[in-house]
Amino acid sequence: MTTPVLLRFLEATPKKGWLAIACLSAVIATMLALHLFTPDGSALHVSDYAITVGGKIMCYAIVAVAMDLIWGYAGILSLGHGVFFALGGYAFGMYLMRGIGHDGVYQTSLPDFMVFLDWKQLPWYWSGSDHFLWAVLMVLVVPALLALVFGYFAFRSRIKGVYFSIITQAMTYAFMLLFFRNETGFGGNNGFTDFKRILGYDITTPGMRVTLFAATAATLLATLLLGRYLMTSKFGRVLTAIRDAESRVMFIGYNPLGYKLFIWTLSAMLCAVAGALYVPQVGIINPSEMSPANSIEIAIWVAVGGRGTLIGPVFGAFLVNLAKSWFTVAFPEYWLFFLGLLFILVTLFLPQGLVGLWRRLKGGAA
Amino acid sequence: MRHKLKIILIVILLQCTPAIAALDPAVLRQLAAEESDEKIAAIEKLTQAGDADALRVLKALSEDALYLAAGRIVEVHGERIVDAQTGDELKPAPQDREGISINNRVRRELGNALARMRLFAPARLTRLAAAQELLAHVESDMAPLLSRALARETDQEIKELLALADAQLSLKSADVPTRLAAVKTLAASSNPSIKPLLVALQDRNAEPDERVRLEAQSSLKAIESRLAFSDNVGRIFSGLSLASILLLAALGLAITYGVMGVINMAHGELLMIGAYSAFAMQTLFHKYLPAAQDWYVVAAIPFGFFAAALAGMLMERTVIRWLYGRPLETLLATWGLSLFLIQTARVVFGAQNVEVANPSWMSGGIQLLGNVTLPLNRIAIIGFSLLVLLLVWVLMNRTRLGMFVRAVTQNRAMAGCVGVPTGRIDTLAFGLGAGIAGLGGVALSQLANVGPDMGQGYIVDSFMVVVLGGVGQLAGAVWAALGLGVASKFLEGWLGAVISKILVLVFIIVFIQRRPQGLFALKGRFVES
Repeated sequence: MTTPVLLRFLEATPKKGWLAIACLSAVIATMLALHLFTPDGSALHVSDYAITVGGKIMCYAIVAVAMDLIWGYAGILSLGHGVFFALGGYAFGMYLMRGIGHDGVYQTSLPDFMVFLDWKQLPWYWSGSDHFLWAVLMVLVVPALLALVFGYFAFRSRIKGVYFSIITQAMTYAFMLLFFRNETGFGGNNGFTDFKRILGYDITTPGMRVTLFAATAATLLATLLLGRYLMTSKFGRVLTAIRDAESRVMFIGYNPLGYKLFIWTLSAMLCAVAGALYVPQVGIINPSEMSPANSIEIAIWVAVGGRGTLIGPVFGAFLVNLAKSWFTVAFPEYWLFFLGLLFILVTLFLPQGLVGLWRRLKGGAA
Repeated sequence: MRHKLKIILIVILLQCTPAIAALDPAVLRQLAAEESDEKIAAIEKLTQAGDADALRVLKALSEDALYLAAGRIVEVHGERIVDAQTGDELKPAPQDREGISINNRVRRELGNALARMRLFAPARLTRLAAAQELLAHVESDMAPLLSRALARETDQEIKELLALADAQLSLKSADVPTRLAAVKTLAASSNPSIKPLLVALQDRNAEPDERVRLEAQSSLKAIESRLAFSDNVGRIFSGLSLASILLLAALGLAITYGVMGVINMAHGELLMIGAYSAFAMQTLFHKYLPAAQDWYVVAAIPFGFFAAALAGMLMERTVIRWLYGRPLETLLATWGLSLFLIQTARVVFGAQNVEVANPSWMSGGIQLLGNVTLPLNRIAIIGFSLLVLLLVWVLMNRTRLGMFVRAVTQNRAMAGCVGVPTGRIDTLAFGLGAGIAGLGGVALSQLANVGPDMGQGYIVDSFMVVVLGGVGQLAGAVWAALGLGVASKFLEGWLGAVISKILVLVFIIVFIQRRPQGLFALKGRFVES
């Protein structure tokens, strides 16, 4: 007796979960409605800035959920997830750069930075990047391939724990250096910016902003549902078993390689999608997205929210990034102190994050 | 046209200069002429005279201290007014005087002239620098000057440089044996700038004579092989230097990682603490002990060690100890510590890099071969890292503390059972590792910029050394640091810094596939937790 996949997919999320998702959707829809249908000066109006920041943080939330899938459920701490995020961003950024067409500073068909480097034609890896579908394909395939190859070699020789973490950090560092070079062909230091249009539509219009915001919100919700489905399936059970006692799982006949590789690659692809959604909303992508510090920050979003819970990382991403926005304006010199303390205090006193705290309080009250 | 005239003038002058003992007043007057061309000609004449008086006058001209007063050229040095011709002070001082102004073209010529005159300076180092500069751009009108300098020079090294320059000039001679001799002389050079000259001679149009062409070819080969050799020596040296820094950074990490199984992401910041200790010592010495300024480094060594060790023990007691058995969380918490330390350094010392100067006994270098110089500060640091290595070895293998540390590294539970106070050993080992990082920071302050985020780059590199060498193995760390240092410098030479970094990383990932325990695995049976 097998249940159809769709039914299982729907069943995976409990009633409370659907309720939460409905609430979240309602909040997002209200935000959009207030943004679109209230006048500029009104007290209820949601500003352009709020929509952009909201969209940006939802991209971060997708990354946080992706990170949670491997760290929270498989026990693999990646300190290099920024590289997948940035690769997705770059892959989509290539499409956006081609979309500028002849409207650049030099008014040629080549992107400005190539004219600046005195290149006469596009390098081979830029071919096809003017097609939207090809760009979407590249967003998914390139980071997935990197994750697959890297993960295969790492997991096959059972590199794990801090070894794995440090090697992923070294990987993102190496990629950052690579992308900083002008000769790599991705705009060097400055990366991509000055985008004009997507699919022929102007990128700066309010309509486009709302569309991107809604697309990001939909992706975030879909990611949560997918995560929930995977983690309640048999696959998810084996994965958590590997996290808790890898040797025992091997002794009862499972090969962890495939499980780890699948979740690792999936996580990388989710990050890449988030990156691709991030670039048109923020309007720039450059190699600093790959800096090791950025990747470690992802881990703190997850830790603050609570790893091993799917909704926790979403909260974590929102809280930490809102705090960052506030601190960098109000007390720029204290932001690093706050972030540093957050790392220390959360790991010391909140091992299960805010969700864990909530559960403990509720458990204590009951 | 003017150029030819100048050469003729020089030749004429050269024949008469020996007769003139003091400066020619007419030439001096010419310096005050209206026309720039006239002035340049006068400068040229003074250069040819080549004695101390001429140098004095030209220097004064370049410092805008030369004036025309009552038909006489005078130098004004503050209150003193000196007759330019004789160098005697004028009393009473002439009342009204008119400055001799020079435009940029004249100033440039003057600069060249002064540079050439330095060939006759009494100080050997000045002459050496002048000869090196001259060799870099030889011009045809230097021939008489060169031959005079060659005749007068006594120092062997400077003489060789001058001979090289002379040979370069002779290459343009119409006489075949002269050219042949010149090419042979050039073969002895290790100067990279000679190469294109010889390459040009391979061309049939540039060099009609067959013998000279052949000779040029063999000279070129000799130079190239010598250059390649010295390049390699230079690379090995910079590889050793990098290895010594890596070793200092990795030794401490190897101890803490070996004992506690956690990576301290703030390890780089312990290096930073060491480097800032050197800066603090430098400032203190500057203020209170300026006479012993050169020895601040010696004081910085223990200070850096204890400052970093204290910070390390505090970190262990307050944070790391409480995360036992949760290595990934430790990673994140120590990252938080590193952010905290970086920001603290920014608040205390400012966000800008601070300057830590080499003491005088560590600056300069040993000239090895034409184009390779081994800086003394790097040599000192290689020696220092060997010393630290020796101390750590003694500490780990010949003391009770070392024995305890090794015991805990091998088997914590068993060590605890036989009475090793593992908690205290953790703190001490962490302090020791941090202190060694502090020593590395003091060393690093002599080579690199000292700034709040200087340590960030070192954590990955030093972890690679630990992984490659095998955990808890001093010998492994040494070989791994050496291998990584030298290999990455060679790769850098061939492929550039970025590609070499990526290649090293790929190599390490592949290496871990083959030997997960590193080069030197601990002997014994272990079970994975």
